[in-house]
Amino acid sequence: MSQATQDTAIRTGRVTRTLIYLVLVLFALFYMLPLYVMLVNSVKPLAEITGGGMMNLPQVFTLEPWFKAWSSAQIGVDPTGLRPYFWNSIKMVVPAVMVSTILGALNGYVLTKWRFKYDTILFGLMLFACFIPFQIVLIPMARMLGLMGLAGTTWGLALVHVVYGIGFTTLYFRNYYAVFPTELIRAAQIDGAGFFQIFWRILLPSSGPIAVVSIIWQFTNIWNDFLFGASFADANSQPMTVALNNLVQSSHGVKEYNVHFAAAILAAMPTLLVYIVAGRYFVRGLMAGSVKG
Amino acid sequence: MGFLDIDNATKSYGSVEVLHKVDISVQEGEFLVLVGPSGCGKSTLLNMIAGLEEITSGEIRIKDQVMNGVHPSNRNIAMVFQSYALYPNMTVGQNITFGLEMHGVPKPERDKAMQEVAKLLQIEQLLDRKPGQLSGGQRQRVAMGRALVRNPDVFLFDEPLSNLDAKLRVDMRTEIKKLHQNLGTTIVYVTHDQIEAMTLSSRIAVMNGGYVQQLGTPQEIYDTPANIFVATFMGSPAMNVMPAKVAVLNGRPHAEVATHDGSMAQLPFSQDNLAEWDGRDILLGIRPETITDMDGADRKSTNIAQMTNRIVVTEPAGSDTFVSMQLGGRDVIARMRSDAEVAAGQDFDFAVNMEKAVAFDPESEMRIVP
Repeated sequence: MSQATQDTAIRTGRVTRTLIYLVLVLFALFYMLPLYVMLVNSVKPLAEITGGGMMNLPQVFTLEPWFKAWSSAQIGVDPTGLRPYFWNSIKMVVPAVMVSTILGALNGYVLTKWRFKYDTILFGLMLFACFIPFQIVLIPMARMLGLMGLAGTTWGLALVHVVYGIGFTTLYFRNYYAVFPTELIRAAQIDGAGFFQIFWRILLPSSGPIAVVSIIWQFTNIWNDFLFGASFADANSQPMTVALNNLVQSSHGVKEYNVHFAAAILAAMPTLLVYIVAGRYFVRGLMAGSVKG
Repeated sequence: MGFLDIDNATKSYGSVEVLHKVDISVQEGEFLVLVGPSGCGKSTLLNMIAGLEEITSGEIRIKDQVMNGVHPSNRNIAMVFQSYALYPNMTVGQNITFGLEMHGVPKPERDKAMQEVAKLLQIEQLLDRKPGQLSGGQRQRVAMGRALVRNPDVFLFDEPLSNLDAKLRVDMRTEIKKLHQNLGTTIVYVTHDQIEAMTLSSRIAVMNGGYVQQLGTPQEIYDTPANIFVATFMGSPAMNVMPAKVAVLNGRPHAEVATHDGSMAQLPFSQDNLAEWDGRDILLGIRPETITDMDGADRKSTNIAQMTNRIVVTEPAGSDTFVSMQLGGRDVIARMRSDAEVAAGQDFDFAVNMEKAVAFDPESEMRIVP
């Protein structure tokens, strides 16, 4: 990939190149500024922040705000910190991402390799799911969750995200499988593989790049979701985003900005980690099929 | 009753019939080639034999068992695809044995079968590699290995050589022929390359527009084409077809063809029944290699006609020299020995082997059968 970039890049002189890098570095620094503020202030005692000088490096370095945000900050009624809500988020995100990705892959498989009448119309309807605003589905969704006995549970929340995510995951996998050679499916049929054997043995092992795209997209969206979490979860099943809000918005006591900063970083950490670990596959997956390799 | 019977098989997509009443019976051990231009229905027919496409009407039988509606994996057939269709995530060994695994064959037997096939095709050293690490020719071998390992009743080849470069294609063609001779398997092979069809087949079905135009041995197809399509599709360069008039001279039918200056060349036919066409227009078909210089004429032929005509262009190709001229208002190619003394612009005495000439009805474009 790096080689391709070099080949296609426009040749420039040394001076232009230096200028380009200078501008790029400046922009990068500017974009990193909020992160810098958060990091610096999360390791200061509260007094240093309230005394002014948000941009200064800490005079006294302390990890106390981090520990407090994690395990003892007052959230709602109990001084539990973010820890239990972190696990709520994990319990919601992991099944929701896995199920929606696998269902999306199955849908893509059927929509491209087992064509049936009106399949394009069905696919078009599924795409609507990508464009329906969250607010519209809130009340019907609440009613459905109530009828299914899943209201106020982590499972219910996971279900909501699965349903909402299928549109996107189906879109990804359908487009990916559309360029997957149909002759391979036919060869497997002649070899005697069934519907699911072809899926597990032939198609899924070749779906790495698009699976990464689907997982990153779903993970980021579901982890960062606030509206569904605030609407459908009760006090025991709230995800981390809602807990963070409750921590920061609490109206009594002193506003512990250093704890808030640490908590906000903690809440953002998993999506950052996922992107750092799998990010390079993300672009590759998005590009897959668009360029003949 | 053959080994593989295609009995009045048709295929329609909606109201469009793409394959019309195909009737072919293949004997055990036969090598049948389906040849035709793209879109002629040859791949559709192959897919119908494989069970990948349904038959709209008619019947396909293998060993007298009706195959309509039978799943591809239960027909005891194997197929080699144009793109080879090797599973990219599996090693060569796994690719070869996947079909056996799906049919519940135990691992020791699978491995034994794999080793035998790998030895036969000389790919033993490749068994642990992935398809992505193989060259085109190696992939081709693996694809054949995957077909061979199942010991099927019928092999189906879907343009297996069209992705290879010219030299490798010729090598693999020979190998497929060797394999067929050694194993004596029944093969149905689809190609658009008429040379592949001629060299490999024991019988050829020439297809066009969803119809089988002619079914016969390579020699029959080449020497006695059923119609103008078959005549011009098979053979390279193509058969020369030109308008001519039949005239009976001295009790024998002749073809009268206009040469470059408008004078008529009179070429005697070997087929006496063409006398019935006295005075009528026909289309005369002459293969390039049957127009030569006098010295290069076929000595066994009993009917060599002489004709003087002007040479327009000569194209020396090493082994042969191609000479083009105006005949019957068309460009006509002659294929000569490379040492024939010819030059452009020269008036030359050609020898035409009229024993091999064919005549077509200009209305129906069918060959006038002697």
